[in-house]
Amino acid sequence: MRRLLYLAPVGLFLVLAGYFAFSLRPGYDPHTLPSAMIDKEAPVFELARLAGNGTIGREALKGHPVVVNFFASWCVPCRVEHPLLMRLAQREHIPLIGIAYKDKPADSARLLAQFGDPYRDVGMDRDGRTGLDFGVYGVPETYVIDATGHIRKRFVGPLSAEAVDHELLPLLRTLGGS
Amino acid sequence: MRPLILLFLLLASPVGAVEPAERLADPALESRARGISAELRCLVCQNESIDESHADLAHDIRVLVRERLLAGDSDTAATGAVVARYGDFVLLRPPMKPATWPLWFGPLALLIVGAGCSLLWLRHRPQAAPAPLDDAERKALETLLREDM
Repeated sequence: MRRLLYLAPVGLFLVLAGYFAFSLRPGYDPHTLPSAMIDKEAPVFELARLAGNGTIGREALKGHPVVVNFFASWCVPCRVEHPLLMRLAQREHIPLIGIAYKDKPADSARLLAQFGDPYRDVGMDRDGRTGLDFGVYGVPETYVIDATGHIRKRFVGPLSAEAVDHELLPLLRTLGGS
Repeated sequence: MRPLILLFLLLASPVGAVEPAERLADPALESRARGISAELRCLVCQNESIDESHADLAHDIRVLVRERLLAGDSDTAATGAVVARYGDFVLLRPPMKPATWPLWFGPLALLIVGAGCSLLWLRHRPQAAPAPLDDAERKALETLLREDM
């Protein structure tokens, strides 16, 4: 009994070391928040199209799984993930919907002209209200929405090749994405 | 001069980050909005309330709360509108529910475990007074003391 008591600090050390190892695991950012919107229906929105022809709304998300990407021309990390979005659109043929968050249409258009346009459709969220309704707290954020219009996953910050290959694409495959 | 400075310091009140354009015309509603805002975490600068934060997102949420109040929402409903979007994490005072029990009762549990361990240790500590010195020991002690002097 007494001998076992001497092992207590070792046990305590193992518990703490385990906790630290868990918290420091690669790819884990403690500042990333879980989304409160997971498995809820995407919020209603009605945004003017960047192309200038009418509006895009929630109905556009239904029918087949889509990926909604909040971006902005003033957002540096968005440029980091941009090549990945291009790859998703061109090689994987993923339907990407872009929402320009608090951005001027001319600036968004210039960004897409300069780096390529991976989006099937782009809505202008000038006042950030749609972002607020989605629970966006910083661009870029990427949402996977299933065929019924429910949010299934959120990625905060720029997408990484690892996140795309190991999380985004497998999820889209299970959702029956095109 | 000094009492005057002190007076001004006492009169100064925290104003938060609320911009004039955000303020509601109705002072009662505005004070309710301030109360709600003080309880909501800004998600960009995570240890500030949205009432104190100058982040863009904090501004957006302050406006949302005020819109809900103007629409006739209760305080709980207005707070709920923000929680629905951002989760319990936005509440600076976490709600009491099974998932947050460790948060609320963890410190108390640790205190009880610690108190138990201390009690066990105190109980098992040898308490008998040391046996009195025998004659040989007393003599040795006296020699030692004398050597010292």
